[in-house]
Amino acid sequence: MCLGIPGQIIEISDAERKLATVDVSGVRREVNVACIADGPLDNLIGVWALIHVGFAMSRINEEEAAKTLEVLKMLGEAQDEIEAMRASQAMMERAS
Amino acid sequence: MKFADEFRDPAAARGVLAAIAGVTAEIGATADAPIRIMEICGGHTHAIFRYGLDKLTPPGLEFIHGPGCPVCVLPMGRVDECVALAERPEVIFTTFGDAMRVPGTRKSLMQAKAEGCDIRMVYSPLDALELARRNPDREIVFFGLGFETTTPSTALSIQQAAAEGLANFSVFCNHITVPPPIRALLDDPRMVLDGFVGPGHVSMVIGTRPYDFIARDYGKPIVVAGFEPLDLLQSVLMVLEQIRDGRAEVENQYARVVPDEGNPVSIAACADVYEPRPSFEWRGLGEIDLSGLRIRERYAGFDAERRFAIGYGAARAAVPEPEGCACGEVMTGRIKPRQCPQFGTGCTPEMPLGALMVSSEGACAAYYQYGGGQLEPAG
Ligand code: SF4
Repeated sequence: MCLGIPGQIIEISDAERKLATVDVSGVRREVNVACIADGPLDNLIGVWALIHVGFAMSRINEEEAAKTLEVLKMLGEAQDEIEAMRASQAMMERAS
Repeated sequence: MKFADEFRDPAAARGVLAAIAGVTAEIGATADAPIRIMEICGGHTHAIFRYGLDKLTPPGLEFIHGPGCPVCVLPMGRVDECVALAERPEVIFTTFGDAMRVPGTRKSLMQAKAEGCDIRMVYSPLDALELARRNPDREIVFFGLGFETTTPSTALSIQQAAAEGLANFSVFCNHITVPPPIRALLDDPRMVLDGFVGPGHVSMVIGTRPYDFIARDYGKPIVVAGFEPLDLLQSVLMVLEQIRDGRAEVENQYARVVPDEGNPVSIAACADVYEPRPSFEWRGLGEIDLSGLRIRERYAGFDAERRFAIGYGAARAAVPEPEGCACGEVMTGRIKPRQCPQFGTGCTPEMPLGALMVSSEGACAAYYQYGGGQLEPAG
């Protein structure tokens, strides 16, 4: 929860709520991009960011993203984070 | 050799380790009179054990593990209040998974869920918001937990709920902030610290200015660090160099991610939604002034504390820690996890007695997982 995980912004899914789809190690989910938006949201497409509990908190470059992901994998945190995303998504689907 | 595999750039790591050994020797620190550096962030604690950095650095350097794991500093009383909220039939209680196994006096959230409470583990407060939209006849309570890396996400979610007029969404706000406990530790006469490695991701949100008092008022160095083991080692070296040179400054080793002024959108959202509590209880550390956040009056409708008349201030009696648990001693660096009588017997990651055993960012769990204190020093 504290370490976050790098993801790449794929598309803007809900401009009004400042939501975008990100790809986190192959898992897609909607995240809030308000904290890294300065200018038109479409400019964020392709950008890498550190994602904390569903919020993009900081832009990073691709190399930083790869390095961070490597450490998170070593710590087992990347797997936990992705598992938490999947579990949350599954819970929402069951609930609907 | 394990060491070479685990570092992305072993040659660079060896160079920094040699420099650390050199500066530690210049300072004249020894195993009997070590330099004590506190890593504040639980993520750093985890990385130090995972990569064995405490074994690779000289005996004259001691890592003291700080209170930077939000799950570990959560007092039992707060867990009891979560359980009480979750037991209300109209409530769907949503929480990060990390909080599920923290022991309360009666039970953990995990046990409450097993007994039939509607508790949902969510990855994000956005998912709690969505549950509120889909379940207009239920009360969705989100457990707001964590330091400055997660406080903005809860604030932005409350703002979103307000914008949509979601009447069935509220937050049980137990967010805490990093700088006040550092001040409390520095004020504690039993605590001897020579410098700090500062949290990277918290600083990405708040910037580096909130640490100025550490250098200015207490004359201690602090270096904000990234998460790569090489980042950590470089930051430790920067702290040691400051000590050797008699400097006390706030330095930023992680400038590629941490701007000195922080993240303005996050800071503005937090200022809009929260105000500091006069004081807040930390497990093992006691009450610390201005160290917790509560929801401002203007968002009262989204405050689970007001909505359900439960939470901080409602029943102020502190709940005592379980018998034989030394979490407070470990938390303040007075003893190592292994010295707790419960370690590995009455308290394990599967059956935690104290919160430091719950999360991989807790010092006890990290010791347990990586055999700290038992391993021979690595080559
Ligand atoms: S071993 Fe368990 S009881 Fe002892 S200090 Fe660590 S978490 Fe607390």
